[in-house]
Amino acid sequence: MSSPELKKNRPSLSLRIPQPKSRPGDTPDFSNLIIPDAGAAPRPDIAAHPREMMNLAWSLIRVLDSKGRAVGPWDPRLNPETLRRALNHMLLVRAFDDRMYRAQRQGKTSFYMKCTGEEAIAVAQAYALDRNDMCFPSYRQQGLLIARGYPLVDMMNQIYSNAQDPVKGRQLPIMYSTKEYGFFSISGNLGTQFPQAVGWAMASAYKGDDRIAAGWIGDGTTAEGDFHYACNFASVYRAPVILNVVNNQWAISSFQGIAGGEESTFAARGIGYGLPSLRVDGNDFLAVYAATAWAAERARANLGATLIELYSYRAEGHSTSDDPARYRPADEPRCWPLGDPIERMKQHLMALGEWDEARHEAAQKEAVEQVRAANAEATANGTLGEGKIPSVKTMFEDVYKDVPWHLRRQRQQMGV
Amino acid sequence: MATMTMIQALNSALDVMLARDENVLTFGEDAGYFGGVFRVTDGLQKKYGPTRCFDSPISEGGIMATAVGMGAYGLRPVVEIQFADYIYPGYDQIVSEAAKIRYRSAGEFTAPITVRTPYGGGIFGGQTHSQSPESLFTHIAGLKTVIPSTPYDAKGLLISAIEDDDPVIFFEPKRIYNGPFSGHHDQPVQPWSKFAEADVPEGHYTVPLGKAAIAREGNDVTVLAYGTMVHVSKAAAEESGIDAEVIDLRTLVPLDIETIVASVEKTGRCVIVHEAPRTSGFGAELAALVQEHCFFHLEAPIGRVTGWDTPYPHAFEWHYFPGPARVIEGLRKAMER
Ligand SMILES: Cc1ncc(C[n+]2csc(CCOP(=O)(O)OP(=O)(O)O)c2C)c(N)n1
Ligand SMILES: [Mg+2]
Repeated sequence: MSSPELKKNRPSLSLRIPQPKSRPGDTPDFSNLIIPDAGAAPRPDIAAHPREMMNLAWSLIRVLDSKGRAVGPWDPRLNPETLRRALNHMLLVRAFDDRMYRAQRQGKTSFYMKCTGEEAIAVAQAYALDRNDMCFPSYRQQGLLIARGYPLVDMMNQIYSNAQDPVKGRQLPIMYSTKEYGFFSISGNLGTQFPQAVGWAMASAYKGDDRIAAGWIGDGTTAEGDFHYACNFASVYRAPVILNVVNNQWAISSFQGIAGGEESTFAARGIGYGLPSLRVDGNDFLAVYAATAWAAERARANLGATLIELYSYRAEGHSTSDDPARYRPADEPRCWPLGDPIERMKQHLMALGEWDEARHEAAQKEAVEQVRAANAEATANGTLGEGKIPSVKTMFEDVYKDVPWHLRRQRQQMGV
Repeated sequence: MATMTMIQALNSALDVMLARDENVLTFGEDAGYFGGVFRVTDGLQKKYGPTRCFDSPISEGGIMATAVGMGAYGLRPVVEIQFADYIYPGYDQIVSEAAKIRYRSAGEFTAPITVRTPYGGGIFGGQTHSQSPESLFTHIAGLKTVIPSTPYDAKGLLISAIEDDDPVIFFEPKRIYNGPFSGHHDQPVQPWSKFAEADVPEGHYTVPLGKAAIAREGNDVTVLAYGTMVHVSKAAAEESGIDAEVIDLRTLVPLDIETIVASVEKTGRCVIVHEAPRTSGFGAELAALVQEHCFFHLEAPIGRVTGWDTPYPHAFEWHYFPGPARVIEGLRKAMER
């Protein structure tokens, strides 16, 4: 025990509250970002011990350089045909988001969330996974569905809560669910899916299956206990799962420092659990693809889970209920140093001589047209705005497998 | 006196308490710089500095646990859970810790915490922005549960909650943040500024915990309601011509049993109205209490008008929500005998 005299000389403590570098009215400031060169990060063998690759949790795996060339050991060497298909899928995601955002503004539905600036993540990961691998997404991975070929019109039916809505009007728009496409029912309660992905993977291992699972969580949501449950169980049971943290810098109005991203990286969280932990340029399609393919190969070889931080930027509002100009500089998205994933892919294909402005414009038009056609079909099925919703009777179904007496009574009381 | 919405009244309560007591501080997801997704903490960080009003990580368990620790030190934290639907990761800290610390330490440690959280439906929020989980808290010994229905009460009750030495769960019916709601969703929203309950003193005052209010006097039947359903019940009384006495419970635990008993003894009939699902809802507790206290005064079975026993379904907002038609039906039934 120290004496009271000694105590007197101690400085008083103070409470630290993290602050972002810039707020509305300030010049966007990304000077603290350390962006290693493309091609600089080493690519370890999939069987390497996590201890041997700890640096990758603080580095940034990048393949596309500033001129759009693919460089370094992580270059997945995809053929031009695949690259073009991927670009088309990213364009389709963006066109879809734009159309659905407008639909919400027009009163056709209650809510929408875009993934603008993050298209490369879900699309590249869908490409790197097998079609039968199971996804436990958050609400910003619509690209998984689109890249897997889930019908746009079914996504829209869900968004419009109409009679064809696959989840029967029960869920907020964008809370998709489709077992057939390996896409787990999205929860509004943040983070819950992350350890569920681990459980699915444990089940797959238990059954001697060859399918793996992948989960997604936002930077902000890593603060939930679920994130730690996932890392812990994944490590302990060496579950065949890929745990993805999408660090888009913001969680509604809170910058990633509020989730603890300033003192360390989100990828580095995995190290304490003994998980291989990769930090990846999330706006670089090739880097995302390569890192995911590496983790998938590792999981399939029974070597267990990988934590991947996908470093990106949420270029638009959190949702249709949000106005980011209230908490960050209006031009911050434009200043994001890792650019736009679609532009970078376009630049890459052009550098390869496999693309040009005219083709790009035509592809953009084609994406918009595809979305327009799907939207015409979906709106013909009805929209929430018009009150064209599924049969009210269905509201009492699926609470339980069989409808118990008290719910039957309540349904009768409602007169349906 | 000023005219305030419920949001402004709650903001004013926090403002008053931050100014009066440096042991009061407030935090929650997006509650700092941005001022909360419903703007209840708007301007407070600017006025009192970032250590008095700040953003928390997205961790309801962490929010509740650190509030308990702060309370153990002697602070009076007021925490915001962004939606009541997201309180569950913090439930263990509320139920096993905050609620029980006084008892298990024989009064040595306490948890003078206020948990503010927007609650209830009527905004097309789907199943995770619409829930009314009050009975999960009224069931827990050691917790107080408060639900205001007007700007005036919201401010006075929030100040009482913050000054209270026990943990208080403070549910804010988000549908009536900006104006009362009759349940007629097809009619334009009336702003609070048109109503006398929006006249709110700018300074310190309290509305005591544990005291109900008579929201509408009447002689035919007693309606027990709280939050948004107070307004729906009042509208139902007017529209049905049934002279209902609407009691706004304001605090569920501790409950103002005297006011309830006096009214039911006068009317001889009782209908309980809440948005929350029926089974094991707070209405079940109320029905049991009324039966125990007023059995010989009752002319008819006690009625319940509630949400259904399903998750809150997005598209069926107005089928789920117990609007005026269902409340009127409940009143009629109570008047049949
Ligand atoms: C348990 C829980 N707490 C709070 C919320 C409210 N909420 C919805 S999204 C969000 C921000 C999430 O940010 P992040 O994890 O970074 O994902 P992003 O939106 O950036 O993709 C919050 C706080 C919620 N849905 N669930
Ligand atoms: Mg985020």
